[in-house]
Amino acid sequence: MAQSVVVQVGQCGNQIGCCFWDLALREHASVNKKGIYDDALKNFFRNVDTRGTGISKGRICSLKARAVLIDMEEGVVNEILQGPLKDVFDSKQLITNVSGSGNNWAVGYKVFGSHYRDQIVEKLRQTAEHCDCLQCFFLIHSMGGGTGSGLGTFILNVLEDEFPEVYRFVTSVFPSGEDDVITSPYNSVLAMKELNEHADCVLPIENESLFDIVSKINQMINSGKPGTTVKQQSLVTLNEGGIKKKLDEKPFDKMNNIVANLLLNLTSSSRFEGSLNMDLNEISMNLVPFPQLHYLVSSLTPLYTLADVNIPPRRLDQMFSDAFSKDYQLIQADPKHSLYLACALLVRGNVQISDIRRNIERLKSSLHFVSWNQEGWKTSLCSVPPVGHSHSLLALANNTCVKPTFMELKNRFLRLYKKKACVFDITSFMERNLSVRSLLKFLSFLVCQAALWESLTP
Amino acid sequence: MSVVTVQLGQCGNQIGYEVFDTMCRDLHNTQGFCSKRENEIYQASCKEHFFNEDKSEVPVARALLIDMEPKVISQTLLKAAHSGRWKYGQHSHFCQRQGSGNNWAYGYSVHGPKHEESIMNLIQREVEEYDSLSGFSIIMSMAGGTGSGLGAFLTQNLRDAYPNSFIMNQVIWPYGTGEVIVQNYNSVLTLSHLYRSSDALLVHENDVVHKICAKLMNIKQISFRDVNQVIAHQLGSVFQPTYSSEDSFQYRRNPLGIDWQVRPPLSGLPALEKVSPNKELRFNTSIANLLILRGKDVHSADTGGFKDPALYTSWLQPSDAFCEWRTHRAFNKYEKSAALVSNSQFLLKPLDTIVGKAWNMFASKAYVHQYTKFGIEEEDFLDSFTVLEQIVASYCNL
Repeated sequence: MAQSVVVQVGQCGNQIGCCFWDLALREHASVNKKGIYDDALKNFFRNVDTRGTGISKGRICSLKARAVLIDMEEGVVNEILQGPLKDVFDSKQLITNVSGSGNNWAVGYKVFGSHYRDQIVEKLRQTAEHCDCLQCFFLIHSMGGGTGSGLGTFILNVLEDEFPEVYRFVTSVFPSGEDDVITSPYNSVLAMKELNEHADCVLPIENESLFDIVSKINQMINSGKPGTTVKQQSLVTLNEGGIKKKLDEKPFDKMNNIVANLLLNLTSSSRFEGSLNMDLNEISMNLVPFPQLHYLVSSLTPLYTLADVNIPPRRLDQMFSDAFSKDYQLIQADPKHSLYLACALLVRGNVQISDIRRNIERLKSSLHFVSWNQEGWKTSLCSVPPVGHSHSLLALANNTCVKPTFMELKNRFLRLYKKKACVFDITSFMERNLSVRSLLKFLSFLVCQAALWESLTP
Repeated sequence: MSVVTVQLGQCGNQIGYEVFDTMCRDLHNTQGFCSKRENEIYQASCKEHFFNEDKSEVPVARALLIDMEPKVISQTLLKAAHSGRWKYGQHSHFCQRQGSGNNWAYGYSVHGPKHEESIMNLIQREVEEYDSLSGFSIIMSMAGGTGSGLGAFLTQNLRDAYPNSFIMNQVIWPYGTGEVIVQNYNSVLTLSHLYRSSDALLVHENDVVHKICAKLMNIKQISFRDVNQVIAHQLGSVFQPTYSSEDSFQYRRNPLGIDWQVRPPLSGLPALEKVSPNKELRFNTSIANLLILRGKDVHSADTGGFKDPALYTSWLQPSDAFCEWRTHRAFNKYEKSAALVSNSQFLLKPLDTIVGKAWNMFASKAYVHQYTKFGIEEEDFLDSFTVLEQIVASYCNL
């Protein structure tokens, strides 16, 4: 069985990462009743004894996450280490600083990148050495700030140089329009260039979409309609305490949980058994028809399960329909009205192949697929459902609906650049001969990308 | 006369398990509709072909389980052991930690050469245990990476290592609407390569089997297990012991010895005239058909319809092209059952469809970089297309 390593960078990356580890432990706890260190656990966790030596089989002694936590401020990582998950990480897996990257991509990439390169390589190697077959790195970061964006994409480069055969899956949180970080458009575009060249697959996430989903769930819970009590366990936003519980839970925790669920569902078919398995290398193989077109729009359903046993369970077919609705996408996009290059359905739980086929037949006619991939569906069936659900669906689409998101980024970049706002802050950290104008060059690939998508639309 | 079954990839292993399970159930079936002695001969013959007997007297399947990731093999071994009726050999499996990623090129060019020695040694050890080898039955899917890519590589190797053995591939044809997006590429590459090394490709189409489950068996929520069990039943009904028309006293038939290799018309002889009123019915033209009848009243069944010249090509006499095997002993509790193995134009439409879709995708070069990464170049694709176009043309002209 192959293993994966999570590299969480910056405040956002670490907060999401923390939710992920909490969720992963809960999921395995509900499936693994006997407490044996099995192959499924092995994917993301090491089993160590009291002296810290790895144990490959037998009873679970102490589980350690296969993770590297990096932040140029200490706040978030310290919180994690003082919270309920403190025993899941050890100090050898961390790199922190105190000063932060000042929301500046160039500081994260150039300054901290060069300063910490050796340490980063060493920590990654150590983590990789604990794996007997390392298949994939999951990088979690945000695009708008300085550390996650700059240092995060620097690490992406390092991963490609040092571990060229290991897949690089990147979960990138894109800034919203009302982001209060002024430089976020610069940071995002500069980071995107790196993602374009060095990531195998990118799962873009937008905070606005996560927020909308959280609101939807809250509305549901508070509606007071009869039969709308939700099974707490099943909430896609539930967090039982990755980070120390505070009196007033921020909405970010709920939003981060959605992303954590995404990552868990993505890897479920490679961890657990099923009648049609899908390994992580199959995601890239099936969903990336051309190397640069590796941005996948994701949607998760169901968001919750109703607790009332008298209400008939939401029909399976509704789950499939929801996955294609724009309300369930994790970026502000509507794939139904754009062009599909490829689509993958990762189903978990009590669902059979005939259910999937029936729904594909039903939905096919309302979706537009590119001419050379008219039946471009990849499916997987994992028998183990997520905690609190009897079945779930993660849809991953390579769809031209990402283009507006990226064009919007370009526009925000240009608005800022026209005023020459903060340009010096960025270029002062880059090579001396990099003129102010050449920042614009970074935009050019985005324009090419857009052209590529345009060419596919009939 | 032993048959070595090689189960490749998730599909191959899942189906292989069902095949042995079906045959074992059939073996112990007391409702054979025949005499006790007859039953005993049947059982002995089946065991000789497909099972070993070990000290515990639980039959051990003559099979090798091969996959590039461990989950399916572990499950399969467990299920067999739990059944209590049969099991797999302790050392009959080979697996790795990371799968082929649905990539034919990875299965063929990376996993193949890397594990060639280990896998061939495993096969050789198995073969050496038998007095005589009937041949190999390789179960694989065309859509994925291991079954398809490694399957093609392995079949080539087997052909080189055992040039005189019969090699038959059970090829699972994927659902038309995606199980895997690159399934058409994988299928085209697999078929073109298998064509050069295999003796026979027995094709099972998921779409067709699905319809059988839905319409004939009325299953509401069809799972892969249901599909696999139907395929296993079909295979079992072909492989289980039979009498040949020449030899009515012994089950000596090689279950893989399906004698309908295509023989070209002898030069100098005029093409036979087809005078038959049934010509208007437009059947798919067959090169050859094999009919297997099992159960009650099997010897009184009238199979004249199968000898109609309208079914066959002009350069073959129906007597050469049609073959029957009949057995009293019923299969799988069916009082009467019939199985037809046909080498005909049946497969033209599915084959043409797959080639068409693959070509359409190839014309835009989509996904090709995933294959060139592992050494399968555009020329290899073009060669494969050429081979398949020739096959399609040959069948069209029957």
